[in-house]
Amino acid sequence: MIELYLLLILMILGAVIALEAKDLLSAIISLGLIGFSLVLIFLILQAPDLAIVQIVVETLSLIILIAAILKTSLKDTAQENGLKEKFLLGGGLLFLIIFMFFVNQAIKFLPHFGFPLMRMAKNYIDLGLIKTGAVNLVAAIILDFRGYDTLGEATILFTAVIGVGAVLRKIGRKK
Amino acid sequence: MKGMTIIVKTIARLISGLILLFGIYIVLHGHLTPGGGFAGGVIIAGCFIFLFLAYGSEETKNEVSKWRASLCESFGLLLFWYLAMLGIFAGTQFFLNIINKGNPFHLFSAGIIPLCNIGIGIEVGGGLFAIFIILATLKMEEKK
Repeated sequence: MIELYLLLILMILGAVIALEAKDLLSAIISLGLIGFSLVLIFLILQAPDLAIVQIVVETLSLIILIAAILKTSLKDTAQENGLKEKFLLGGGLLFLIIFMFFVNQAIKFLPHFGFPLMRMAKNYIDLGLIKTGAVNLVAAIILDFRGYDTLGEATILFTAVIGVGAVLRKIGRKK
Repeated sequence: MKGMTIIVKTIARLISGLILLFGIYIVLHGHLTPGGGFAGGVIIAGCFIFLFLAYGSEETKNEVSKWRASLCESFGLLLFWYLAMLGIFAGTQFFLNIINKGNPFHLFSAGIIPLCNIGIGIEVGGGLFAIFIILATLKMEEKK
């Protein structure tokens, strides 16, 4: 459990550095720190499927972000110290305090960490191999029990690619 | 986007086949080992993006590869939908696993689940590579 908390603290530090760094390359490396810490957390929580997807997607997005950032001057040019920024910061902190108070109230009613109410999931675990024949239980759930979700997800990805191709097209654009 | 040095090009040429093979392995064994269509598809797209970054966009034919990636994506999604509708064609419910399930722990088992994994893998690989080509060529065009 202690390594889990260490990784979570590392992720928060990476997020803060990514926001505050003046050099854009350092900010993106800190974003990578968040993603790869999440890979380690998935491995510690024994979810290799999610870890594979996360490590591959994180690497791809880091490559794309670095390729985009190398064309610029690598400096963070955001302006600060205005009255509006201080007001927004104060409002954000106030919201954070109220939010943490209600989270603290609500977390008493949740099941303990690692011991969920396994009514539905227990049925899947017991009958997954018999009903679907797939040894990997994750594949059995996302493609048989919850197949509609995966079908919609694949269609959403297709629609997103079509949208990117339509917005960034070459043919028929007005100059 | 220019290509990189000859060292990177040689290593990319040697390694990209192994990466593609690993992606296909992850897709095909999705119902036996961790992984599946999405993870394997992203690895396949990563193999092509690796080659694209190493060789640069001058040596590759962008329009042809964009068209092919889009075609792969549409074909994968259509395969997945037709596999889902196989149950209706056979006279039962939508998305029912009607193919023979076979023995567990074998490659040819679990009915339509490996076929669905193949469809998702083709779709995700083609789609992510198409997005990457679109973004890369757009940047190149604005520089001119």
